[in-house]
Amino acid sequence: MSGWFNAHFVSMVDGVAYGLLLFTLAVGLSLVFGMMDVLNLAHGTLYLAGAYTAYALSDGSWLGLLIALVVGLVVGLLGGGLLAAAVAPLQGRGHLDQAALTLGISLIAAEVMVMLFGAEVLPTAPPSALSGSVSVLGHTYPVYRLAFIGIATLLAALVYLAFERSSVGALVRATVADRDMVRTMGVDTRKVLFGVFGFGAALAAVGGVLGAPIIAPGPGIDERVLVLSLVVVVIGGLGSVRGALLGALLIGQVQTLGVALVPSYAPFLLFGAMLLVLALRPQGLFAPGRA
Amino acid sequence: MNSLQVRRTLLVGLVAFALLMVPWVFGAFTVSTFTRALVFAVLAMAVNLLTGVAGLPTLGQAAYFGVGAYTGALVSIHWSELGIVQLLVATLAGVVAAVLTGPLAIRGRGVAFLMITLAIGEIGYSAAGRLDAVTGGTDGLSGILPVVVLPGGEGLVNEGLIYYYVLVVAVLAYLGVGMLLRSPFGLTLRGLRDNEARLRAVGYRTDAYALGAFVYAGGLAALAGSLWASSQRFVAPGDMGFEIAALALLAVIVGGVGSMWGACLGAALVVFTRDYFGQIVSGHAPLLLGTLFVLAVYLLPKGIAGGRAQWRTLFPRSHAEHPTAEVR
Repeated sequence: MSGWFNAHFVSMVDGVAYGLLLFTLAVGLSLVFGMMDVLNLAHGTLYLAGAYTAYALSDGSWLGLLIALVVGLVVGLLGGGLLAAAVAPLQGRGHLDQAALTLGISLIAAEVMVMLFGAEVLPTAPPSALSGSVSVLGHTYPVYRLAFIGIATLLAALVYLAFERSSVGALVRATVADRDMVRTMGVDTRKVLFGVFGFGAALAAVGGVLGAPIIAPGPGIDERVLVLSLVVVVIGGLGSVRGALLGALLIGQVQTLGVALVPSYAPFLLFGAMLLVLALRPQGLFAPGRA
Repeated sequence: MNSLQVRRTLLVGLVAFALLMVPWVFGAFTVSTFTRALVFAVLAMAVNLLTGVAGLPTLGQAAYFGVGAYTGALVSIHWSELGIVQLLVATLAGVVAAVLTGPLAIRGRGVAFLMITLAIGEIGYSAAGRLDAVTGGTDGLSGILPVVVLPGGEGLVNEGLIYYYVLVVAVLAYLGVGMLLRSPFGLTLRGLRDNEARLRAVGYRTDAYALGAFVYAGGLAALAGSLWASSQRFVAPGDMGFEIAALALLAVIVGGVGSMWGACLGAALVVFTRDYFGQIVSGHAPLLLGTLFVLAVYLLPKGIAGGRAQWRTLFPRSHAEHPTAEVR
């Protein structure tokens, strides 16, 4: 047992880092879908924008990372606001039109980013203070991934507390559960929706800035992280922060430990897991209770 | 015949004439783009049958398209160059694949159905890349022989003749779908979309109808795949990837969800935007496609086939010129 654990230790820690990265993406997608009933297929674009920001601004210093984070946050907020404004006129027209619109926007944005940054995958270096490796339980492991696990855990904890324990979070949860009732009680739900859209987008973009050294920016990355976060949301259940976190950690392990254990079935694991969950529990593993 | 029937007959005649004239008017590249548009139109009809008619939005039809393409290609390489044999075997393979996977897919409705079909599509795509012995892996499958229409005839290599071959099959597929939609089965599918609970309350086994639609759409997508193999003479995993599935769904949305001629027109628009106009503006096809989708969602909420009212608000002047158009 300890031998097995030892052999796959690196894969498992990688899975945690990967899963936490997916969480920063999936939580916004999940809340926007759960609350606004909006299928935002441009969510991966926000990650990519953040990752390109990190590539362009981080120069190996702490200040560079800080500037990249601030710019990424602004990019995410602006992008989220724009997307929320773009889908607002489509209220009541169903998911297909939202899907077409946001996919169209993501195609345009992806092409613009190719024009700006070229068609290559751009490996992004972490701050030089974090670029080395350390020894963890006898394995050498990149410092940046450990630091990322720390920061992302903090981020996840903050999001969880804000969502589950604060009064604003209660308002958001109420809007997920019954939008019409919240509106009846005198709350302008559109403001809540804009807020959540901007928050989710900013989180995805910040995830992109921090995640650039793990999933480097390049053409097609937006689609890849979008599909991954869709899988997380479907597995975790729509509109639930806890579901997004647990789903993301599960998919992180499937993508790293699973691939290490059964390499020949690697391409099928991700969607196989999603199919299994959909077939057995179509509402997701950790869906919040609803009327 | 009243004036509406006369106008419809004239329109059908005009479209048929235009389609027949394509190889005589345009060069080889444009004709091959028309061929791809026709193949894509058949795939879009399959997507529309599920998405628009039965109310089951799908991102998985590219998988059955791929099953048909690989089956058609393998039949051509190992067994028969006859087009009809390839089409029949490929369609059968698509039907079998849909019968096997359908019971899983129809467990969900709406977005859940969309996600299950997305997973089926992605698994199909991965499988095509991994099964090297059968599909040639990521290198793709080449060496597909020119398709032969009549026994003893010569293979079609001329772009114009391939176009006519695809056109005939596509028209037959269009007529077949039209017959299905007018049948009691097709009407029940519309009921499935509009109010499944009521349909079930009346005593219909709605899951059986959803599965029926899924199997028909699987066979139709595989038929399109076989046409793809015959016309391109090369099949690769990319032909059944997420991009194809998404473009087929978007073609249906642009064309008008639920309308078959709208889906065909949407498919042609998508293919020409990507392959033809995309070439003209030095390879910025995604930019054009994205703009097309954004404009279509805002300006034509019901798609190209969504009725005259929305066109009139777009072009108010033509409304003033035809005041009688309002009286129907």
